[in-house]
Amino acid sequence: MSSDAFTPGIVPARLEAEAYADHFSDLHPRLDAHEALVAADRCYFCHDAPCITACPTDIDIPLFIRQIATGTPDAAAKTILSQNIMGGMCARVCPTEQLCEEACVRELAEGKPVLIGQLQRYATDHLQEQGIHPFSRAAATGKTVAVVGAGPAGLSCAHRLAMLGHDVVVYDARPKAGGLNEYGIATYKTVEGFAQAEVDWLLQIGGIRIEFGKALGREETLESLRAGHDAVFLGMGLGGVNALEAEGSDKEGVLDAVDFIADLRQAKDLARVPVGRDVVVIGGGMTAIDAAVQARLLGALNVTLVYRRGRDRMNASVFEQDLATSKGVRIVTHAVPRAVIGNGAVREIEFDYVDGAMAPTGQTLRLAADQVFRAIGQSLVGEGLPALEGRKIKVDDAGRTSLQGVWAGGDCAAGGDDLTVTAVAEGRDAAMDIHEALTGAAA
Amino acid sequence: MADLTSDFVGIKSPNPFWLASAPPTDKEYNVCRAFEAGWGGVVWKTLGLDPHVVNVNGPRYGAIYGADRRLLGLNNIELITDRPLQTNLDEIKVVKRDYPDRAMIVSLMVPCEEEPWKFILPLVEDTGADGVELNFGCPHGMSERGMGSAVGQVPEYIEMVTRWVKANTRMPVIVKLTPNITDIRKPAEAAMKGGADAVSLINTINSITSVDLDLFAPEPTIDGKGAHGGYCGPAVKPIALNMVAEIARDPSLGQIPISGIGGITTWRDAAEFMALGAGNVQVCTAAMTYGFKIVQEMISGLSDYMDSKGLTSVDEIVGRAVPNVTDWQHLNLNYVAKAKIDQDLCISCGRCFAACEDTSHQAIAMSEDRTFTVIDEECVACNLCVNVCPVEDCITMEAMAPGLVDSRTGKVVEPDYANWTTHPNNPASKAAE
Repeated sequence: MSSDAFTPGIVPARLEAEAYADHFSDLHPRLDAHEALVAADRCYFCHDAPCITACPTDIDIPLFIRQIATGTPDAAAKTILSQNIMGGMCARVCPTEQLCEEACVRELAEGKPVLIGQLQRYATDHLQEQGIHPFSRAAATGKTVAVVGAGPAGLSCAHRLAMLGHDVVVYDARPKAGGLNEYGIATYKTVEGFAQAEVDWLLQIGGIRIEFGKALGREETLESLRAGHDAVFLGMGLGGVNALEAEGSDKEGVLDAVDFIADLRQAKDLARVPVGRDVVVIGGGMTAIDAAVQARLLGALNVTLVYRRGRDRMNASVFEQDLATSKGVRIVTHAVPRAVIGNGAVREIEFDYVDGAMAPTGQTLRLAADQVFRAIGQSLVGEGLPALEGRKIKVDDAGRTSLQGVWAGGDCAAGGDDLTVTAVAEGRDAAMDIHEALTGAAA
Repeated sequence: MADLTSDFVGIKSPNPFWLASAPPTDKEYNVCRAFEAGWGGVVWKTLGLDPHVVNVNGPRYGAIYGADRRLLGLNNIELITDRPLQTNLDEIKVVKRDYPDRAMIVSLMVPCEEEPWKFILPLVEDTGADGVELNFGCPHGMSERGMGSAVGQVPEYIEMVTRWVKANTRMPVIVKLTPNITDIRKPAEAAMKGGADAVSLINTINSITSVDLDLFAPEPTIDGKGAHGGYCGPAVKPIALNMVAEIARDPSLGQIPISGIGGITTWRDAAEFMALGAGNVQVCTAAMTYGFKIVQEMISGLSDYMDSKGLTSVDEIVGRAVPNVTDWQHLNLNYVAKAKIDQDLCISCGRCFAACEDTSHQAIAMSEDRTFTVIDEECVACNLCVNVCPVEDCITMEAMAPGLVDSRTGKVVEPDYANWTTHPNNPASKAAE
């Protein structure tokens, strides 16, 4: 039986078959060579450039753009990748409008920053599609390091360690490497299997072995990892999903947004991914936006994103918010879920409107809903972990935890924004400190 | 709409914009299109004796680009017309008949003997053309055969040939000068002595635009080899402006009329040439880049400018800046300026800082929050910060009023003019009378 946007319930194939490729195509198609030259020419090559300061990985942006402008995109890619080994993914998913491009002096001057993210992608794609890996390993140190989590933090750390001559074993709970790059990012941000291609490219450095299906606290313990390796880096991210504190939230159709996003990324045929007719997403971060937008792209008739505070407090950038509204997502703010209503399966969801201090105003909102996505944050899971700060692992500037020989970075570590680029920086910096600790030499 | 009509050495045209002798004026079809677009006149591409020359069958042009492939400089190895003489003469006659109000000048290049000139000049007169331009400037190909710039680089030849031409035609004679010399006044003087009615300049500059780093051959490359060509386009304008001014301000050249050529792309370029003494201008590369329609912008732009200045004739522009072109030694050393950065316009790119700190006088301070300010104690008013600033009018050079103290030198800014000739550091200075 065929379905369409009006079919009630959570069903697949709401769209014509050919619509999926269009809906889920590259959000920002790659610049062609001439577009890249024109975009690169707009860079002023600022002194002590603000964009570099704004980049968590400190990429020398004016230099790489000049390298593009002078016809050497592979040199540009090396400039990028030497600071950020996942420069290709970051070029796709970084909220550049809050980072380098916000700091760009042309943003100040004209409201039109240099297209730093797209230029970065132009350069990294140019190099990586030739299969060139411009880094090589130093002489073997004889040391081995365990890395927990094959996401941006773990792989960044592993690559830097391998480059410095250490042997690295990466343990990941999932059957594929990449972490959130592979499972947690909207499909239209990284098309055509880029996440896996980037992992394969990164692993060309050599000296990195990945053990799939091995999770900390399940197949491995921190104690055994510490005993079997010279150092341990924890980069497993946040494995738990925060629960919805609303009456009836155990009803059928109330799901985790991260699972929906992961299912979309892993789907061989998007037409087979089911989606509700009336979808409500609860949360205000990138995960909420990714879920809401993709629900619309899959053909949901009504998608409402409900956030408990104002738009200015949303973790999702203004660009992401605008993307969502442009795709037909309705954003409701200052509303907190009160009850999920339905007979077995969710049928409606009721919210309390709240004021700036989160106090109920007495007004309520009731939305039809046959599918509700929780996107109100993830949490750290595991036992026997190093000391926490708040709900994450406490680390110092070099990523050292409270346990001797254990470092941590990425989303599971306290401090920093939960961004891919931040995770890459933290993994890299921890690797440098691990190297110094293991060899006594600053790299 | 200002009156743009032009009278250059008796040759009248509805506006002062002519197309220079070059590929765009090679034949009837092109020239008719140019006149339809609004050009005031053309200098027909250089005629020579039969058998006509041949051109290479590979690339004739090479280019220098700015952003977005904006063409900044063009290099050309095309020779004079490669069509039979009679074909050109016939077409010139037809075009002049059909467009009698437009200026029709015919460029000529024949061997350095009187007979060929005696031969060709009556043929040109017969077309009804308004004048001739002697091509003493072409720097490639023809110069190897003793013509073009080979003549233009020897003032005695210029004088001699000009005299022959004047003796054998009633038409006004314009001598086109090559910039591939050390002092443009010498060939201009020679043209004047030979009786020329005007000079036109500049012709193209010897150049190699680029090198193919795979073939290790100059561009444009013909079967693996390249030869120098003639450089033109916006990049050569400053060189041309100076040469025009050098002639215009030399009293010994008797204010010989000048037809200005060299990178003129907009009405403003044209006005600048005219202000430096050009009676009219000739355009080529801009037309080759954008097509003939650009003349419409030149007409409207010059007209609006003249209206805004209350000028009623293009002659009121001609030469107006010449009195202000001087020699370095006569510049006022008592004039003191300081750079000033408008903080409201500044976008904090720091280019002024990098330029000043690395390559100049360390006269710009940078604060933690990227505020850039001028250190008057160090600023010599060199203007580099103004030049590298990407924001127009963000950095300006402000003159210091007499009586103020220049904090760099500790000296009071003097109200009087004083130049190097009287400066105490000048070993050759004489006490001011």
